[in-house]
Amino acid sequence: MATIASKAAVTGIGETAYTRGTDKSILALQLEASLAAITDAGLHPTDIDGVIVYSNGVTVAEDFITNLGLPDLRFSATTPMGGASCVAALQAAAAVVATGVANHVLIPVGRTGYSGERIAARVQQVPQFRTIGEFEMPMGAIAPAQLYAPMARRHMELYGTTSLQFAEVAMTMRQHALRNDNALMTEPLTVEAHQTSRMIADPFRLYDCCLESDGGAAVVVSRTEAARDMAQPQVTIMGVAEGHPDSPSTITQRPDLTQLGTAKAAPRAFEMAGVTPADIDVAEIYDCFTYILICQLEDLGFCAKGEGGAFVEGGRLALDGALPTNTHGGLLSQAHILGMNHVVELVRQLRGIGGPAQVPDAEIGLVTGYGDLGDGAVAILRRGA
Amino acid sequence: MTEIEPVLPTPTREAQPYWDSLREGVLRLQRCADCGQVRHYPRPMCPACHSMADDWVEAAGTGTVHSWTVSHHAFHPAFKRDLPQTFVTVDLAEGVRLLAPLRGDAGRIAIGSAVQIEIEALDDDWSIPVVRLA
Repeated sequence: MATIASKAAVTGIGETAYTRGTDKSILALQLEASLAAITDAGLHPTDIDGVIVYSNGVTVAEDFITNLGLPDLRFSATTPMGGASCVAALQAAAAVVATGVANHVLIPVGRTGYSGERIAARVQQVPQFRTIGEFEMPMGAIAPAQLYAPMARRHMELYGTTSLQFAEVAMTMRQHALRNDNALMTEPLTVEAHQTSRMIADPFRLYDCCLESDGGAAVVVSRTEAARDMAQPQVTIMGVAEGHPDSPSTITQRPDLTQLGTAKAAPRAFEMAGVTPADIDVAEIYDCFTYILICQLEDLGFCAKGEGGAFVEGGRLALDGALPTNTHGGLLSQAHILGMNHVVELVRQLRGIGGPAQVPDAEIGLVTGYGDLGDGAVAILRRGA
Repeated sequence: MTEIEPVLPTPTREAQPYWDSLREGVLRLQRCADCGQVRHYPRPMCPACHSMADDWVEAAGTGTVHSWTVSHHAFHPAFKRDLPQTFVTVDLAEGVRLLAPLRGDAGRIAIGSAVQIEIEALDDDWSIPVVRLA
């Protein structure tokens, strides 16, 4: 059977400065990050012949042809999965370069989550939120914090998961951000500060929620054979998959509130990669909320359903823990760049340029995306061919 | 003080009978006219048998708590006056779920708590289901 396992590599990464406040447009942020990624790959913009744009319609493939001067774009697509889009785009890009549809696929994202419209206004424009828009928003359940909270509450009631375990996640992400020059959060977070931060949508306190930030990030995906001769140490996409949960348009109707699309994607990605959770040296796990990270740890198979809360205790996600996670600080403490900052960070770790947050001898890593009320995507990358 | 406009639904064609019923003060659910499976939220096709024929049944108006959240941040000015606002995910007697704001005391809410559904007007044209602990 044909497979895309290890047929593609992430050959270029780029990021802008992540800020709270910007005069730049979303397109400008994406172009800045794109140019950085293309340059990092040792390519010229005219080498890009595929682009996967973020699905909110703010930017379109034409913008990249026009601004980067792409002479012959052969492939364009979107992967409309909210925060899972970036990792899902890795799957689409890998399939495209593996089959020769295109040679170098650019995946740009950018947002002005702080300076532009805030989350409640943004989700009302997302087509995947139309069902929620008709049936749940008129009652006042509008933002992801409110819509995801019942998943967390049920997990807590069924399995005894606690807010202190959420705090452990938030504090660990913060510790990692303190090692990162491009992170928005620069002060340590204590358990007391977490526990006394204001309640947003019970059980989510302020520090259970990700940041609203401005910035752009991009990667280039190329065929493995091409990657061997390119500018950077090779980082191969061993396995990648997307998964959609049951009842994808509304959490309310989902048979099992405690399971995400990640649970469907993870076995596919691990099987394709030929590795198990025990082989993962470093993980970058989408952390829009502390609970969502915990739930994914279960859906990924790092622990059984219901054990995610206990799993994160005792510093297991810390740099010197058994599963160093979100070494850049994550959406919770670095910045919310739609999880493309997670992809960029994993590539950095596997190249060995993680700086003060480098996991020693990181060889195999995992990155996830999560979004749009439950979609999940998982990619497993390794350094070298 | 300026009156803040409520957040109103933009009904899909398939859901119009749902909203029409609520305006009349009745919670009706969409049911497959062929295989009889009740589905919510309303949509064109039965995911069980792929029939596009439907009819509407009046819900018993009873259910149990599947989960809940207490919202302390409004995310829209129309809901600021309601804070804190409890939203309940309800397992309806008909086998589908409903998300609705809680009215009355939330004191001893737990998974499995019995609830009753009531209908509440947003304005002259639109009504929504709300829940009360039984």
